[in-house]
Amino acid sequence: MNTKVTIAGVEFKNPVTTASGTFGSGMEYSEFVDLSKLGAVTTKGVASTPWPGNPTPRVCEVYGGMLNAIGLQNPGIDVFCERDIPFLKNYDTKIIVNVCGKTVEEYVAVVEKLADQPVDMLEINVSCPNVKEGAIAFGQDAKALENITKEIKKAAKQPVVMKLSPNVTRIADMAKAAEAAGADAISLINTITGMKIDIERRKFVLANKTGGMSGPAIKPVAVRMVYEAAHAVNIPIIGMGGIATYEDAIEFILAGATMVAVGAYNFVNPNATVEVVDGIEDYMKRHGIEDINSIRGAVE
Amino acid sequence: MKKYEMGKVREIKSLAPGIFDMKVECTLSEYALPGQFAMLYPKSASTLLPRPISICEVEKGALRFVFRVAGKGTKEFSGYSAGDEIRVMGPIGNGYPLDAAKGRKAVLLGGGIGVPPILELARQLSEKESDVTVIPGYRDSNMFLKEDFEKYAKTLVATEDGSFGTKGNVMDAIRENGIKPDVIYACGPMPMLKAIKKYAEENGIEAYISLEERMACGVGACLGCVVKTKEPDHHSHVNNTRICTEGPVFEAREVEI
Ligand SMILES: Cc1cc2nc3c(=O)[nH]c(=O)nc-3n(C[C@H](O)[C@H](O)[C@H](O)COP(=O)(O)OP(=O)(O)OC[C@H]3O[C@@H](n4cnc5c(N)ncnc54)[C@H](O)[C@@H]3O)c2cc1C
Ligand SMILES: Cc1cc2nc3c(=O)[nH]c(=O)nc-3n(C[C@H](O)[C@H](O)[C@H](O)COP(=O)(O)O)c2cc1C
Ligand code: FES
Repeated sequence: MNTKVTIAGVEFKNPVTTASGTFGSGMEYSEFVDLSKLGAVTTKGVASTPWPGNPTPRVCEVYGGMLNAIGLQNPGIDVFCERDIPFLKNYDTKIIVNVCGKTVEEYVAVVEKLADQPVDMLEINVSCPNVKEGAIAFGQDAKALENITKEIKKAAKQPVVMKLSPNVTRIADMAKAAEAAGADAISLINTITGMKIDIERRKFVLANKTGGMSGPAIKPVAVRMVYEAAHAVNIPIIGMGGIATYEDAIEFILAGATMVAVGAYNFVNPNATVEVVDGIEDYMKRHGIEDINSIRGAVE
Repeated sequence: MKKYEMGKVREIKSLAPGIFDMKVECTLSEYALPGQFAMLYPKSASTLLPRPISICEVEKGALRFVFRVAGKGTKEFSGYSAGDEIRVMGPIGNGYPLDAAKGRKAVLLGGGIGVPPILELARQLSEKESDVTVIPGYRDSNMFLKEDFEKYAKTLVATEDGSFGTKGNVMDAIRENGIKPDVIYACGPMPMLKAIKKYAEENGIEAYISLEERMACGVGACLGCVVKTKEPDHHSHVNNTRICTEGPVFEAREVEI
């Protein structure tokens, strides 16, 4: 039975990774999860300098999910390279580094610093709804997305995954723009912009007013978008949005995803990632599937 | 080491209107410390995230939690019966530093639903130190855990409506009784913690305060639960620290509240 998948020449032992920002640098969950069981660990967004993030409250629960407005707090690329990469190198898993910035130059600076680091892939977050400048602006305009993708491709030594925002009119256009500019893969979806109001206090629950929605309730939107993107482009897709169980993961693969990422559900079940890995294997056995790659996009 | 496991309700009862006392059998009771907390997972599909609840007391094979019904999750817990299963993760956080009280006058302050987290501390400190005073502060005469504190340490009480002990808050009780603490341990609402921080700074004493913030993961991964710090934090490299991981207890001077 084969669970290996390949994206831009990088081979993953199974199609399961973590959604950026929900798993820290891997360290935080290593008490619960044997990181070597995962296809890859995708780390929290990292910028060229430390970012303090947004004021609190930064998270809240909503029906079937949660909102977050962390604001991409991160310690900066230098600390990341000194501390987090060496930690992850203790495990037999691939490393996908999620990169954020406010300007094209800032993204490129991070990508250049990562050029000689032992990481396997870069995921470029052009879709965070929680920071004022940069980030999502690049992900909501096809021209801007093409431009930043080209600049990053020029600087990058590792394969580049562009992480797309669901907060657009036509996801297929964004997927095509990334592909045309040379992206090696795309990942989707990032969070859906939302809002929650405390009716007793007549105040926004989050200090940032809006936040990105994630969790089980967004899964149908995410599956639909992965399906549309898969039909628009030929590059591989990392699918995510509301994955809680192996059944959810298989849905994404049937919709066309090569890999899948578990996000907010790590907060609900710290073992969710490994349970998804094991569940996919059981599903393959049960259905006599020899190769996970054979069911990609196989929905009829 | 944190554990994520299925616990079992040993006993549950109401202590006061809307306040519940629930003992949960779980293996993490073997090494839980005073001031730490646990994540309790509601089962209802209308909830997603676990609820952070402080460890009130550590018993053999069980943890005692005392909580106020505040919304969906705590409402669900309040309806549990002995024998029901409940998922727990923990113990989480650093806990109160007991050594800071060595040979000194320690005063423990709890306000409202911040009273329960200082009970285990009162028990452990009173075993080691001779000068421990506890001041729980309540809104009115619905005083929960008062007898428990009296078993372990000298206990004074403040009530907002003056129905028992000092009329006012825990700081009023300190003044009224002429208490001069060398070290304070506290948990309670933000205005109380701010007043304690100010008092401690003015009097040049140590105060260990336990903070709350909205949490998602409880393990330091989501960065949802931060508080501003005076100095850059060793982990985040900005003036922000994670309450769930570096806290929930901080020396008052370290944090900007
Ligand atoms: C470290 C820590 C220790 C705590 N210890 C205790 C305790 O010992 N006893 C007790 O009664 N309460 C305690 N609380 C507060 C308790 O976590 C909330 O009252 C509880 O989460 C409310 O959940 P709910 O589902 O009933 O309310 P809902 O309003 O339905 O909750 C919705 C969401 O908001 C979160 N939330 C709501 N209020 C708070 C709050 N005050 N703090 C943090 N998150 C909140 C919930 O966790 C949930 O994610 C503690 C909080 C923290 C951070
Ligand atoms: C607390 C939190 C922090 C996140 N931080 C990042 C981030 O730094 N970079 C990024 O590209 N996506 C980030 N995301 C988005 C997730 O990676 C993922 O795309 C989204 O949450 C949908 O998946 P889910 O429903 O499984 O959580 C974050 C999500 C959450 C909940
Ligand atoms: S609750 Fe996630 S970092 Fe503290």
